[in-house]
Amino acid sequence: MDYFKNIFESAATVFEGLTITASHMFRKPITIQYPDRTLSPVIEMLPSRYRGFLEVDMKICTGCTLCMQACPIQCINIEIAKKTPSPQPSPSRGEGDGGGVPMRLITKFNIDIALCMFCGLCTEPCPTGAIRFSKRFENATEDINKLMFKFVEEGKPVAPYKKSSG
Amino acid sequence: MIQQLSLLFPMLPMWLVQAIWCGVVAVLLLTFFSLFAGPVSWLERRIAGRIMSRIGPNRVGPQGIIQWLADGVKNFLKEDLIPRDADKILFRFAPYPVFLGVTLTLVTLPFSSLLIGADLNVGLLYIVGAWGLVVIGLIAAGWSSNNKWTLLGGMRSAAQMISYEIPLVLSLLVVVLMSGSLSLQTIISSQGASPVEWFIFSNPFAFIAFVIFMISAVAEGNRTPFDLPEAESELVAGYNTEYSGMRFLFFFFAEWGNLYVIGALAASLFLGGWQIPAGWRNFASAQGPILPHVFEVLMFQLKTWIWVLLIIQLRWTLPRLRVDQLMKVSWKYLTPFAFVSIVGTGLWMVVFPEGWLFMKYLLLFSMLAVIGYFVWRAIWQLRFTKSKADFKLIV
Ligand code: SF4
Ligand code: SF4
Repeated sequence: MDYFKNIFESAATVFEGLTITASHMFRKPITIQYPDRTLSPVIEMLPSRYRGFLEVDMKICTGCTLCMQACPIQCINIEIAKKTPSPQPSPSRGEGDGGGVPMRLITKFNIDIALCMFCGLCTEPCPTGAIRFSKRFENATEDINKLMFKFVEEGKPVAPYKKSSG
Repeated sequence: MIQQLSLLFPMLPMWLVQAIWCGVVAVLLLTFFSLFAGPVSWLERRIAGRIMSRIGPNRVGPQGIIQWLADGVKNFLKEDLIPRDADKILFRFAPYPVFLGVTLTLVTLPFSSLLIGADLNVGLLYIVGAWGLVVIGLIAAGWSSNNKWTLLGGMRSAAQMISYEIPLVLSLLVVVLMSGSLSLQTIISSQGASPVEWFIFSNPFAFIAFVIFMISAVAEGNRTPFDLPEAESELVAGYNTEYSGMRFLFFFFAEWGNLYVIGALAASLFLGGWQIPAGWRNFASAQGPILPHVFEVLMFQLKTWIWVLLIIQLRWTLPRLRVDQLMKVSWKYLTPFAFVSIVGTGLWMVVFPEGWLFMKYLLLFSMLAVIGYFVWRAIWQLRFTKSKADFKLIV
């Protein structure tokens, strides 16, 4: 009869459920206690292709602005200034008379991380891999302006990277 | 007790001594109650965490054990919001019947053969009656908030509590039938210390009555799988959706207090209450007048806690019933079986006036077998998922 079958089945399933939960009392929780009680720092536990904040290695940035053009929401702002450096020999360039040759300088390289959606489109066209995702992700702040990452300090323009011809 | 006290203070009038004594007892009971409800809320969250492979609160104090204090203080500091269109008087009033209904039952719940608020000769009736106050508070809360969720929760609580009160009271009748008394102390004294002298194992019908009692008591306490009045996933928070601060805390206080009431009732009605074996009693009496009571209190708490833990585990095991299923369980299954167990117990007492020892042992050992199978099955589940048993508390 269905009536007694129902009773038996409900008792049996409640019993089975209780054994399962009882066995869970002795299983290890899988929670990771971010931020302070992890076995190793959280940054080390992230996967290798994690998309954290963008970072730009200004040593190898060529100033091509491809990343700026690729960004669908215009959160990268690069300004290039053409300057004619004073006619001094610059040994690093290996040109005895650099004077008079106009030179490009990156005067501004801002990424508005508050706007960025971490799509990664900017990292793809970069010829040198200068712009890339870091694993940093903690930057809660009360001032949104702090989320404007400036990779070129004001007043200190950076010379773009040039492939050595050799 | 009062006579001895008035002898101690002969200059005070009798009524004053009585009033002071009542105040002291009330404060003691309320203190016990809050010291139970608070930590149990923490314990429940830890157990729930473990069952869900989480950790649960573990930051406030060692293992998070004073989390409940932090929560309480937080709720004290919260604003007591009253919705603009609410029925203000009723809205303010509603938490108190809920709270009272649960705390009043404590008066007749014994702790030991001496420690009891008041051993009323209608104790059981009083408990059922006081418990019935809860439903008034729940409906008042649901109605006065002027919110559809709360109203639905209140209506559900009314339907649920009223229909589950019937099997509950009927299963209590079985105990009354066997002990011939409504006073809790008499009920306990008519049982013995050894399991075969408990009412639960005295005959198969009493065992059925116990199961019915547990199910309908859980339903009375509005706990999962019968938590339809608050049904978080359907009704936001049911009847207490609009409450905040202390008033909200009162509802939850009552919910966890209910746990103790259910456990203590189960322990004292069916499991022999504070009865301790004669050997222990003789040993304890030899040490002084206090030790026997300590043993009794510990025994009672042990039995109570078994059921408290079981109910907590049930909550995190079973899904919520549908409204129609809820009614079906009460009217189609529990109530008929409660009648069967009353009639059966009556017949049993006529056929075996002295009880049938074989049946008692049979019930006891089948219960032990079920518990043993439970443990084996739980270990099997652990092996089945290839998990290693982990007894560590801190993670
Ligand atoms: S990740 Fe996407 S949104 Fe962010 S800067 Fe790069 S292109 Fe723009
Ligand atoms: S970061 Fe890469 S893409 Fe962007 S300007 Fe520099 S070299 Fe070009």
